[in-house]
Amino acid sequence: MFIETTPDTSSYMIAGFAVTFITMGIYVVSLYLRNRNLKQDIETIESMQNEKPKSKIKRLRL
Amino acid sequence: MQPKPIALKILDVVSIILLAVSTYLALFFAPTELVMGQVQRVFYFHIGTAWVGLLGFIIAALSGIVYLITKDMRWDRFEVAAVEVSTMFFFLTIVLGSIWARPAWNTWWTWDPRLTTAAVTELIYIAYFMLRQGIDDPEKRARFGAVYTLLGGVSAPITFMVIRLFRTIHPVIIGAATKGQEKMSMTGDMKIAFFFALFAFTVIFIDLIWHRIRLGGLEEKVEQLKLKVSM
Repeated sequence: MFIETTPDTSSYMIAGFAVTFITMGIYVVSLYLRNRNLKQDIETIESMQNEKPKSKIKRLRL
Repeated sequence: MQPKPIALKILDVVSIILLAVSTYLALFFAPTELVMGQVQRVFYFHIGTAWVGLLGFIIAALSGIVYLITKDMRWDRFEVAAVEVSTMFFFLTIVLGSIWARPAWNTWWTWDPRLTTAAVTELIYIAYFMLRQGIDDPEKRARFGAVYTLLGGVSAPITFMVIRLFRTIHPVIIGAATKGQEKMSMTGDMKIAFFFALFAFTVIFIDLIWHRIRLGGLEEKVEQLKLKVSM
């Protein structure tokens, strides 16, 4: 027996496009968050580096 | 860290526009396929993501070769970017294929040669990140990564060619089908949506790789600073 009408597969189509946009969205957000965290890390480490010589000078004075 | 280049900002905007147009073409412009119905529309994104996925794995292998010759860490950053972006796109290819297969083949998954090689390829590149995570020395990590992508890169052409080498239920999209194979035929409007999706995903791929390379630069800087502080 042959299928005479086109089957309704809209729900699968919606699922496919939803998965695509959600996955790509998650990836873009992950890029943004990693970028932000790394910049914060750089700031923290650089401020630690700036503090280090000051503490050494204090110790020498004592 | 250098500010975001204007070219990258333009590429971001172009990528969003291309994705929107490609979605419009797939959803509204291309006609509904009579046998499969609406689900056939995911095919345009399925092929688009598969194209950039496999392309990225080949690019990563080539970057690995260049790294091994030059020992320039920029090629390692490029390789990581290509693998990461491609792994994400190839994951989408597999999921979209599975969603299409449910109404078309009446199953979410079958151990067909194409599906199996695609799954193996994806797992190879997920393992790539596990390998890199386990190595602390940046040069050793880059060297191991380069050799790994070189060997893993073989899986990309195998995945592409497998439907031509073995008996499979996966339809042939590009090139001629052999005897007994299903060839997917497209109307003019379907071809427009198809080729536009290929173009759109290629531009999005370049955009994401550029972002990932910049992120790799930051990762390297943090690693160097941490080393400096600990000394």
